Amino acid sequence: MPLLEVENLTVTLATNRGPGDAVRNVAFALDRGETLGLVGESGCGKSITALALMSLLPERARIAGSIRLDGRELTTLGEDQLCGLRGDRMAMIFQEPMTSLNPVQTIGRQVAEPLILHKGMTRAAARERALDLLDRVGLPNPAARLDQFPHQLSGGQRQRVMIAMALACDPDLLIADEPTTALDVTIQGQILDLILDLVEERGMALLLISHDLGVIAETTQRMMVMYGGSVVEAGPTAEVFARMAHPYTRGLFAARPKLGPATETPLATIAGVVPELADLPPGCPFANRCPLMIPPCNDGLPPPLPMGPDHISRCIRARELVASA
Amino acid sequence: MTVAATPSAAPGFAARALRHPSFVAGAVLTGLIVLMALVSYVWTPHPPLEMTVSQRLKPPSEAWWLGTDAFGRDVASLIMAGARNSILVGVVAVGIGMTAGVAFGLYASAKRGWTEEIVMRLSDFVFAFPAILSAVMLTALAGAGTANSIIAIGIFNVPVFARITRAAANSVWAREFVLAARAAGKGGFRITVEHVLPNIVSILVVQATIQFAIAILAEAALSYLGLGTRPPDPSWGRMLNEAQAHIFRSPTLAVFPGIAIALSVLGLNLLGDGLRDLIDPRLARKR
Repeated sequence: MPLLEVENLTVTLATNRGPGDAVRNVAFALDRGETLGLVGESGCGKSITALALMSLLPERARIAGSIRLDGRELTTLGEDQLCGLRGDRMAMIFQEPMTSLNPVQTIGRQVAEPLILHKGMTRAAARERALDLLDRVGLPNPAARLDQFPHQLSGGQRQRVMIAMALACDPDLLIADEPTTALDVTIQGQILDLILDLVEERGMALLLISHDLGVIAETTQRMMVMYGGSVVEAGPTAEVFARMAHPYTRGLFAARPKLGPATETPLATIAGVVPELADLPPGCPFANRCPLMIPPCNDGLPPPLPMGPDHISRCIRARELVASA
Repeated sequence: MTVAATPSAAPGFAARALRHPSFVAGAVLTGLIVLMALVSYVWTPHPPLEMTVSQRLKPPSEAWWLGTDAFGRDVASLIMAGARNSILVGVVAVGIGMTAGVAFGLYASAKRGWTEEIVMRLSDFVFAFPAILSAVMLTALAGAGTANSIIAIGIFNVPVFARITRAAANSVWAREFVLAARAAGKGGFRITVEHVLPNIVSILVVQATIQFAIAILAEAALSYLGLGTRPPDPSWGRMLNEAQAHIFRSPTLAVFPGIAIALSVLGLNLLGDGLRDLIDPRLARKR
């Protein structure tokens, strides 16, 4: 039995323009030691998926489907039981290290809190352990940092503190929501390496969320491409990059900035914008921006087409697309 | 709306405070009133309640610095002793209002939904009655007196604090570190106590200063109407009331308690404004 099993996950949010499905029929499984990437542009439902896994959705969101952690159904658990799981069995790293730490609490206290909360440690023991954790995540001079406040740290250092907090209780599942997006490029690699090392060292399952295909390619074994709330393509990362079977994946790949001398050609873009939740098209969510659109695309959400071992694409022209390339 | 630091935690706060004119003026005025009240316990020019019948309605002189009232009591001594009363009413009434109001506001903000709606509509309901009106109602039911006027002013303060607490707490709840705390497994109560409250303390401190001034004014008004402090306890509001009968013969009788009320209210408002400027989040971050 895999650690995390998600089946038919659908999240409906109340938007200004009526209810809209932010996540539609997402299904995947993730086991200890595995790394899964979730990629897509802003508003595609990546973060909502992560929040749904942690049961931290906004008040008026409705959730359907099933999320099981070690066989235990999370969607029907009460808040008290969820509080016992969050931070202990599953933990999350957020995008904005600058705002994810409480400005009026010391670093040491914030890293020690989950240990006191979940492991029943004394303040002194938790502080001791917090020091080890800060040392492990590579925070320079950790002993002095314990009594400092977040504003005295740089962005990269704060993200290390966030990682230490998330890892404090040795969770089985780590969700990293754009952990490097707010950081300098030079720091990004270090933080990703740190997360990967820790995942390997502790045998955790990692769900890495990013809009950056490069990050996904470097860090994950399997990946899912999300668009308009649906997983439009999924498979082993190497396989997906070798044979991209969805026009959206290809669009994302073509739109990534490339290193090298400046050229006359502007960055490639995908025409159009992400549709609003409340008015997602009835068929393929990507249809209105897709260069390969044909009338049947609007007939309904395309079913997952097998493209290779574990590789699926929700595009009715996926076979043509792969063959033409 | 959110403030990053509590005022006391900020080194350099003192230096900035000393350069802030309205904070300094407010602190000096407030300090003087408090000092006056403290000194009155050990020394006043004359015993405040001693009546010297031969010396009724005297103008200010060397023996009677601010003159005497219709019973021959020394006005300067009465004003000093009256400061105790004003401060007592202010501290207790704001204390009641702040404790209950902050608790309600935090609860509403943590629960959201219907709970929040009910708490806020209830506080609108209480807020709809002017302080004086609710005090008149309470004293009509329970009788006049310092304790009842404190309770009435305290009740009026509850919705003020409930509203400001809820608004400030909601903005803290929307911040990422609260989401991170929830992801670490903290429940609503812990988040409220450990994350929300410490981040709104400075806002509450500023509001408390301003409510203190309003409470002093309200106490004076109630005592003036005969609903507050009862004789013979000295009170600025009642001194104004008693001065009314002799306003043409001894106008100074009304002037001095009036000045005392005005200066303490001015002092507290300046102090509150100064504190608000000083703990502005953009400056507080530089601690």
